[in-house]
Amino acid sequence: MTDFLEVKDLTMRFGGLTAVDSLSFKVAHGSIHGLIGPNGAGKTTTFNMISGFYKPTEGQVLLRGEDISGLQMHEVARRGVVRTFQHSTLFAELTVLENALVGTHMPFRPNIFAAIIGWDREDRSGAEARAKEALEFFGLDHVMQERVGDLSHGHQRALGMAVAYASHPDVILLDEPFTGMNPEETRQMMDLMERLKADGITILIVEHDMQAIMGLCDTITCMSFGKFLAEGGPQEIRNHPAVIEAYLGGARHVA
Amino acid sequence: MPKFLIWVAVLAALIALPHGLSFSQQEILVFLTINVLLVASYRLLTLTGEWSLAHVVIMGVGAYSSALLTKKLGVYVPVSMLLGGVVAALIAVLLSFPLFRMKGFYFLIGSFAAGEIIRLLWKRFRDPFGGAKGIKGIDPMPDFSIGFYQFDFFEPTSYYYFAGVIVAFCLWILWRIEKSPVGLTFHAVHWQDKLAQASGVNVRAYRTLAFAIASGFAGISGALLAHYVGTINPNAFDIDLMVFVLTWAIVGGTATFYGPILGCVVLTVLNEIVLRELGLEQMRPLVYGAIMILSILFLPNGLESIVQKLTKRRAAKSAPERSPAE
Ligand SMILES: Nc1ncnc2c1ncn2[C@@H]1O[C@H](COP(=O)(O)OP(=O)(O)O)[C@@H](O)[C@H]1O
Ligand SMILES: [Mg+2]
Repeated sequence: MTDFLEVKDLTMRFGGLTAVDSLSFKVAHGSIHGLIGPNGAGKTTTFNMISGFYKPTEGQVLLRGEDISGLQMHEVARRGVVRTFQHSTLFAELTVLENALVGTHMPFRPNIFAAIIGWDREDRSGAEARAKEALEFFGLDHVMQERVGDLSHGHQRALGMAVAYASHPDVILLDEPFTGMNPEETRQMMDLMERLKADGITILIVEHDMQAIMGLCDTITCMSFGKFLAEGGPQEIRNHPAVIEAYLGGARHVA
Repeated sequence: MPKFLIWVAVLAALIALPHGLSFSQQEILVFLTINVLLVASYRLLTLTGEWSLAHVVIMGVGAYSSALLTKKLGVYVPVSMLLGGVVAALIAVLLSFPLFRMKGFYFLIGSFAAGEIIRLLWKRFRDPFGGAKGIKGIDPMPDFSIGFYQFDFFEPTSYYYFAGVIVAFCLWILWRIEKSPVGLTFHAVHWQDKLAQASGVNVRAYRTLAFAIASGFAGISGALLAHYVGTINPNAFDIDLMVFVLTWAIVGGTATFYGPILGCVVLTVLNEIVLRELGLEQMRPLVYGAIMILSILFLPNGLESIVQKLTKRRAAKSAPERSPAE
């Protein structure tokens, strides 16, 4: 396992507030890496910087050694880093299949001239096959023609991941993927992530469900108030005094 | 093949249509045909969620370009029309640099300002734009014969057929684009640009693409207009006509391809037949304003929603249609 994705001294300031403060960690290729911390610790902000949604105030994001910080989100995506959003961010007006089809944008880039003449049949059927494959993988093939706005919350979360998966990513960033899922759905989703990992996809995950995180992750980075706190395997993190303290303290603040 | 028969019937009706009309009604039919392309191209722009107020001025860019290309450079007329569309698309690409820094309301105002600047340039520079008086004596489309039909472009009917073929072809292209993966990406950019970007879509490029295509076809409609009426001036492309385009689109509805076209046809017929008969033409802006408000209040999804209800009831068993927008 080599260092694949590296975050180096990453800092994000919003006015006077330092949401992420000189954070560094490394994600090994093919691993499931957890990022945890109390509410407001800066996890989503970190994701936003890695994915190119925010330009970091300071620091670097290195992918295979290349500095990708400051690139736009679609440029980061084209390098194989695809994210999901914390709140179900989907194309609510479109059908489930159409959502997944947007996810195939990178492997099957639309060409307007070919589309007008009708020379893109192969691409279209290829994109559809890939979209259906992604939906099937996440158990959504039976709701393919439904409008996303009519889906259950758990299905919407799964669709967010299916859209990301449809693009053949190298790295998936998942921001609280299990929110709104019942324990059974969570368990199924964890199995799917193990399968993604077996496929060679690297996963960086933010999640509040500690049981899921502990069961899933190879390595966990814990942060608090924007700062690095601890890192290690699930066993280490579970028993790490600083982590326990942060969560108890955090719980008192945030509840 | 009942669907095929419907299309043949529509085509026959469109060919027969001018023969039942008076000369002035035939002229209106030509304008209607041109406006159908104008409003259909506007819809493509609205797919990405942007509502521009410069669309009619861009149409004018096509008109001016085609007129000047024939007048100054002697370009053959139908070719100049195509080039007029190309120039309009290129101007749109230039405008996209300042305009696409803005979104929503600011884009609306910014596009209005950009359009007014272009109109000012036409007024200010007499050479080559002819100032406030505009350009006169624009070359007409040269007459030609296709064996069984002799095109004589002093006849509105001939120009109607000519424009009709061009507009139909342009509509076909617009339709193909909308139903393609590119069209789906336009929708994606509209509804959730963050997720589109995270899926690798260059949102800025796609917004520019939609703007350029819509402008190109608006430019062709302007060129069709210029070579029909033979004279153009800055006031022919002012905000009044833009308000009509908006009214057509809103009254017709923008969720479907045919919605804005329906709005354009229905309101033109209403305007030309009803208002003219009643002698109320002068009140057109007032009537249009009232219709717009009434339709927003009582028909928020446009005339197309009525059509959708009717066709759905008829084919209740076939899969329900989805309306992707609004
Ligand atoms: N766009 C923003 N502007 C200002 N403050 C922000 C913004 N995004 C996040 N923050 C602040 O940064 C801190 C970290 O937020 P976030 O990254 O969402 O935490 P987490 O995802 O760990 O719960 C919070 O205090 C939050 O209020
Ligand atoms: Mg968060």
